Amino acid sequence: MTIAEKQQQLLDELNLFQDWTERYQYVIDLGKKLSPMAEELQTSDRLIKGCQSQVWLDSTLEGDHVTFLADSDSLITKGMIALFVRVLDGQTPDDILQADMSFIDETGLKEHLAPTRANALSLMATQMKQHALSYSQG
Amino acid sequence: MAFDPHTIRDQFPILSTQVHGKPLVYLDNAATVQKPLQVLESSRTYYEEVNANIHRGTHHLSQKATAAHEAARERIAHHLRASSPDEIIFTSGTTDGINLVANILTSQFQEGDEILISALEHHSNIVPWQMLAQRTGARLRVIPVLDGGTLDQEAFRELLSARTKLLALTHVSNAFGTPVPVKDFIKPAREVGALILLDAAQSVAHQAIDLQDLDPDFLVFSGHKIYAPTGIGVLYGKSSILSTLPPWRGGGEMIKEVTYESSTYNDLPFRYEAGTPNIEGAIALAAAFDWLTALDLSAVASHEQTLITEAAAQLAEIPNIHFYGPADRQGALSFNIEGIHPYDLGTLIDQMGVAVRTGHHCCQPLMNRFGITGTVRASFAAYNTSAEVDSLVAAVRQAAQMLS
Repeated sequence: MTIAEKQQQLLDELNLFQDWTERYQYVIDLGKKLSPMAEELQTSDRLIKGCQSQVWLDSTLEGDHVTFLADSDSLITKGMIALFVRVLDGQTPDDILQADMSFIDETGLKEHLAPTRANALSLMATQMKQHALSYSQG
Repeated sequence: MAFDPHTIRDQFPILSTQVHGKPLVYLDNAATVQKPLQVLESSRTYYEEVNANIHRGTHHLSQKATAAHEAARERIAHHLRASSPDEIIFTSGTTDGINLVANILTSQFQEGDEILISALEHHSNIVPWQMLAQRTGARLRVIPVLDGGTLDQEAFRELLSARTKLLALTHVSNAFGTPVPVKDFIKPAREVGALILLDAAQSVAHQAIDLQDLDPDFLVFSGHKIYAPTGIGVLYGKSSILSTLPPWRGGGEMIKEVTYESSTYNDLPFRYEAGTPNIEGAIALAAAFDWLTALDLSAVASHEQTLITEAAAQLAEIPNIHFYGPADRQGALSFNIEGIHPYDLGTLIDQMGVAVRTGHHCCQPLMNRFGITGTVRASFAAYNTSAEVDSLVAAVRQAAQMLS
């Protein structure tokens, strides 16, 4: 599935929900399901510093596909990264670099977020693209 | 008679705000408290009828503004029971006041001197002293906090010595709501000859400050935590001490005479008020004191205490909840639910209209001491109701279910 298709699939799922509690519950559950990152990988060089929660991001290149590993001490933040991981995981560096990440605006989740969280979200997308860039240049 | 918050709620237009389609439950009062109409009107009246720059003005409005500004100082001095209005320095807030004191004390410190603070301090009562220590070679020492969130008085006595030049202590902890029995600290600190600064930011809206009784050398607070606007605060300083200390910021109003070679400085309180002050803020702050005093502060405080006790009792039924601070906490109730990030809890209950603060509350060393990155803090004001406590508890319950 392409990145755009995965994004659409996510939006379709989120659109099934009527109110904020269901949407949040969905994100929280995604966070719970995201495979946790080993503690020894939660190092400062993998840390994306948000305002109140910590996010760790790691990736590996397998063949021509990027695999992402991410974690956070905040379950909601973790769920948000899980959205990104689901969309970008297993794609090629070039496809990740070209991906339009504005789909997150259509999820209706951003309007419920404090600006600090929304910023952290943009930062996460940027960081994931940075990882892709390093592979594409490497 | 018990204080009824419903009698004052219509004086706070902001309380009828809807948040995400739900009525606002404002429980972030330790960060900043909402303002009653009487205070808002005093600001508006000032700009509509009085506004002019103060002091040295020959025209009518300037004299009127000067009189109003100085009358505000007198009223605040009266409410705090200062010996003289000259001991009331207007600042922009608590942080500004502490930085002022830390700077004018620079020449009083030398290598080996000690500054004693407590483990309950807000960053603004840590960092200015750290900077003073770096400038002078003095050493910052910290009174430890016990597991129950109160200060270790035994350790305090051991830390005190002839080297202790200053004790800078919070009156009430902003993070945990711990009321500090400051008199128990002031007396021994006096005996070793230390200067004493009290941070009353979290106490001033919840208990009457009696400077004659407490007898600190300096006391600071912010107006916005006592129903006045942001950007105004007070530094109280004993005139016998302040008059011997150098000025800090230079500029207009703080001088007597200026030549290019040198300047002579004005008397108290003006020598510490360089530049055009926050005139409207000072007037509104006096209005806020008048408003709160007219309500009967002790009745308000016992009402707030009741709400905190109710909230703690109801929240205690939630599995794996931990409270910080002692049972007689003042103004604020700080807690965590095991396995739940405070930020997540705060985000979800905001969706239900409940405003609390989450995070380290500008007390990172204190959070480290308890091995946490932050807490959820609900903090109370005169206008909060029992129904709002119920809303808080219901929201926390639902959020906890969603997150576990």
